[in-house]
Amino acid sequence: MKIPCPLCGARDSREFSYLGHAGLLDRPAPDAGDAAWDDYLHNRDNPAGVTEDLWSHDYGCAAWVVVTRNTATHGILSSRLAKDGAA
Amino acid sequence: MRVAGFGHAVDTAQPVSFTFDGKRFSGGQGDTLASALLANDVRLVGRSFKYHRARGIVTTGSEEPNALVTLTRGAAVTPNTRATMQPIYQDMAANSQNAWPSRAFDLLAANDLLSPFLGAGFYYKTFMWPQSFWEKVYEPLIRRAAGLGALDPTYDGTRFEKAYAHCDVLVIGAGPAGLMAAWTLGQAGLDVILADEHDTLGGRLLLESETINHTPGHIWAAEMAEKLHAMDTVRIMANTTVTGAYDQGDFGALQRNDAHLANPDATLPTETFWRIATRGAVLCAGAGERHIAFPDNDRPGVMLAGAVRGYLNKYGVAAGARVAVFANNDNAHQTALDLAAAGQAVTVLDSRSDAVAQGDYNLLAGAQVVGTSGRQGLRKITFTQNGQTRSMACDCLGISGGWNPMVHLTCHMNGRPTWDENLASFVPTPGSVPGMVVAGSAAGVMATGAVLADAVQVASDLARDLGASVQTPILPSTEDRPTGIKPLWEVRGHGRAWLDFQNDVTTKDVRLAAQENFRSVEHMKRYTTQGMAPDQGKLSNVLALSVLADATGRGIPETGTTTFRPPYAPVSIAALGAGGHGKGFAPERFTTSHAASVAANAPMIEAGFWYRPSYFPQPGERTWRDSCDREVAMVRGAVGVCDVSTLGKIDIQGPDAGAFLDLVYTGRFSTLKVGKVKYGLMLREDGFVLDDGTTARLGPQHFVMTTTTAAAGQVMRHLEFVHQCLRPDLDVSFASVTEHWAQFAVAGPKARNLLHLVVDGSVTDDIFPFMGCGAVSIGGVNARLFRISFSGEHAYELAVPARFGASLFDHLLRAAETLGGGPYGMEALNVLRIEKGFITHAEIDGRVTADDLGLARMVSGAKDCIGKTAAGRPGLVEDGRQQLVGLRPVGTVKKILAGAHLFNPGDDVHRTTDQGHITSACYSPSVGSSLALGFLKNGRARVGETVVMVEHLNGITATLEVCDPVFFDPDGGRMRG
Repeated sequence: MKIPCPLCGARDSREFSYLGHAGLLDRPAPDAGDAAWDDYLHNRDNPAGVTEDLWSHDYGCAAWVVVTRNTATHGILSSRLAKDGAA
Repeated sequence: MRVAGFGHAVDTAQPVSFTFDGKRFSGGQGDTLASALLANDVRLVGRSFKYHRARGIVTTGSEEPNALVTLTRGAAVTPNTRATMQPIYQDMAANSQNAWPSRAFDLLAANDLLSPFLGAGFYYKTFMWPQSFWEKVYEPLIRRAAGLGALDPTYDGTRFEKAYAHCDVLVIGAGPAGLMAAWTLGQAGLDVILADEHDTLGGRLLLESETINHTPGHIWAAEMAEKLHAMDTVRIMANTTVTGAYDQGDFGALQRNDAHLANPDATLPTETFWRIATRGAVLCAGAGERHIAFPDNDRPGVMLAGAVRGYLNKYGVAAGARVAVFANNDNAHQTALDLAAAGQAVTVLDSRSDAVAQGDYNLLAGAQVVGTSGRQGLRKITFTQNGQTRSMACDCLGISGGWNPMVHLTCHMNGRPTWDENLASFVPTPGSVPGMVVAGSAAGVMATGAVLADAVQVASDLARDLGASVQTPILPSTEDRPTGIKPLWEVRGHGRAWLDFQNDVTTKDVRLAAQENFRSVEHMKRYTTQGMAPDQGKLSNVLALSVLADATGRGIPETGTTTFRPPYAPVSIAALGAGGHGKGFAPERFTTSHAASVAANAPMIEAGFWYRPSYFPQPGERTWRDSCDREVAMVRGAVGVCDVSTLGKIDIQGPDAGAFLDLVYTGRFSTLKVGKVKYGLMLREDGFVLDDGTTARLGPQHFVMTTTTAAAGQVMRHLEFVHQCLRPDLDVSFASVTEHWAQFAVAGPKARNLLHLVVDGSVTDDIFPFMGCGAVSIGGVNARLFRISFSGEHAYELAVPARFGASLFDHLLRAAETLGGGPYGMEALNVLRIEKGFITHAEIDGRVTADDLGLARMVSGAKDCIGKTAAGRPGLVEDGRQQLVGLRPVGTVKKILAGAHLFNPGDDVHRTTDQGHITSACYSPSVGSSLALGFLKNGRARVGETVVMVEHLNGITATLEVCDPVFFDPDGGRMRG
């Protein structure tokens, strides 16, 4: 399986490590409250379809990449650099 | 027997001698083991799995269910080799399987007499009670009888390899469709790999007598292969089975490199497992003939009709002296025509009453075979025609129930094939594997002319999709043979009718499954084991479905199919695991002092991929404890040197470096002065401790962070995450410099004396106070000196560029010796830190908070940091959490062991009364006692209390006193002074 790194191009998935849903980009403010932090830390949707994940290109350029993929088809639809923020 | 004038693949003028079950035979160059055995009139080749029935060769290809043999070549023993795929070589030694003492007289054939009791579900029903019998009686009994072939458990040295290939299009199968598709794609300028599991390209053309462009099909195939070889755009991989279709156009393939060689080069891999990354693929896997279920249809001599003529045409072998064919389709009549051309008289029994003879042979239309006889091989068949039952002597019966498109690979990503009423077969559902298209017989196109046209069409469409321009070739002329068929699945009668030869499944088993309400095809499969043998039911699945459909009163499409999963054909585990043996198992990371440590006889232990010295034995020391105790005393009394290069080192630079560190550490680093070092604690966002270490400020915008050895990679990824994902606005960058600097701890009361022997200039408390850092020079080499201590002694860490590491280590050791010091290893390092209550990942196990460690004061209240909010969650601050404590024995104890659990004296030892556990333990020569660190419920408030340690693995209990985790020099005077 290949993941398109915005900097390096399509690379073998074994160069990457997976973290979790791209919602991790939206870190709540320290005073956002328990519910917001509970959501951020623990609660994840499990969609059958399109979702966004965070992958780190560890054995490449070290970029954190937001990968849009389809859990139902295993299709990888697009990717962008995490540092560019939310889509 | 051999037939003169036939067999284009075999050169009988070049005899090849081999043994089968110890008996010597002779074949010709180009023979497979199967064709050579048939040429020698050997029909019984093995025993079946369950009933130990006598079995013979059925097919010419990888779908062969019966002719599995064990090959012995040098030290390598390879079971389950398909005789139909294995070329013979001089002195090849093959043995039949599943038979004892011999394949002609097999004791377990008694199972066959027990068959009324051994039907589907037998094991489930029989070996249930009494429960205690399972482990001692049933399982050993079943295991002895189970399995196909036997592996030699010793490593035989055979080499395997994994390899990677990339192409625009992978063409799977080099029959007429594959050859044509590869040619079309290659002409279009696409980078093509053509893979075929046989050694010669041509597929079915090699087995048939039909012509293309008025030349024999095998010659046309050879000419095409030559053209393809000459094309720069086409790579040909023969002897390569594409075993699986995976996401994004990736395929797995197994290449057999030397199966045909008597003396393969032992330095070269015998098999290569390929991952092939493609932009597109064309499946040209052809079709496989299926048989018909009729009573006793499994005797040696009963073969597929296509295989009977295949052995004649390709290998010049007559599979029998008196041949009959039993079929429901026109294609099978070709067997009679081909055999007639070789002078053999053949009778065709066609179940269709309107069947028409295509040439000069005896046709019995509307006839069905209802039984066979012959204990070790077919002698006679019984058949019905026009209401009459007759019998006929014959030693070979070719069966054909029609042809199944080889849809396997199209199902590997959960696609389901579609039932085609006209073909009476499943055909691939388009789009089942993204990027893969299907052409030729695999797509249900059966006549050769149509196959070639389909291949050109499909390949051209794919080429255009991939942006190539296509020149349409002129299609060769073909002789198209009739393909009429009328389904016939089963002839019911007395005796068992076999479906799955490899797993010994009969029509009766399938009916029994249906009767016991295993009506779903997936349930039937598991209950009967139909299609679960290594051949995955290539011959029998469709047949079994039809029987299940009949038994449950449904149509075949409603009954559905089971799932085909990779691999298409068996793949040896050794090929999949190639490179993972011995040294290839894991990378090794060596420090610059590795060679010197090994030379000093230090046992090296693994720390992640790193190797570090456990201890440095001296003459007269008998155990590791002797050495460890001496090294600890040496550090406490004089000076010790230890390579600490494996700790992660991260260079952090930028105007916002301080602000960034404030975010990732619990403490404040932005205010740290240049030339100072600070201990930092890093949390995960969920509030638990991630890692600890020191960070030094080398300049206003320049820090260097150390991490633990274990978490170096994780911390680096974390820093990048925090920066790129949470605070990309901060102007800061990181580089891992772990490998770039060799770093040595110099610890002990004489540490400074040692530095003065090594470092240019002097090291004073003014320039290097406790937690100070800065540049020094060693013989002109720029080095970094950090006054930090993991031992509790006056200590430094000295870092030089890695290329000077070996030299500095040597230099330090020679200087240390003059001061009564020397090197120390991991064991002493661990004792030194336990004596001081310093933590490692034994304590930071992912479940502890800063407060659990007694480090709450390190979490700055004045700023946010990663994990700070979550660390304030109720569960993480509540009363009753387990806190870090020291533990020391009360009276004499045998041993304190890490991992042991703690209980209150007098309590039952039970998980509900558990008070905590021990994380680190050692004997401390400095204190003169065993010591331990551990976590204890409300531990800090319980100093002075006693607890009981219980260790079930070794059956050790001990009474311990709770104390402060700092056992030695609690005020830190030695470290600071």
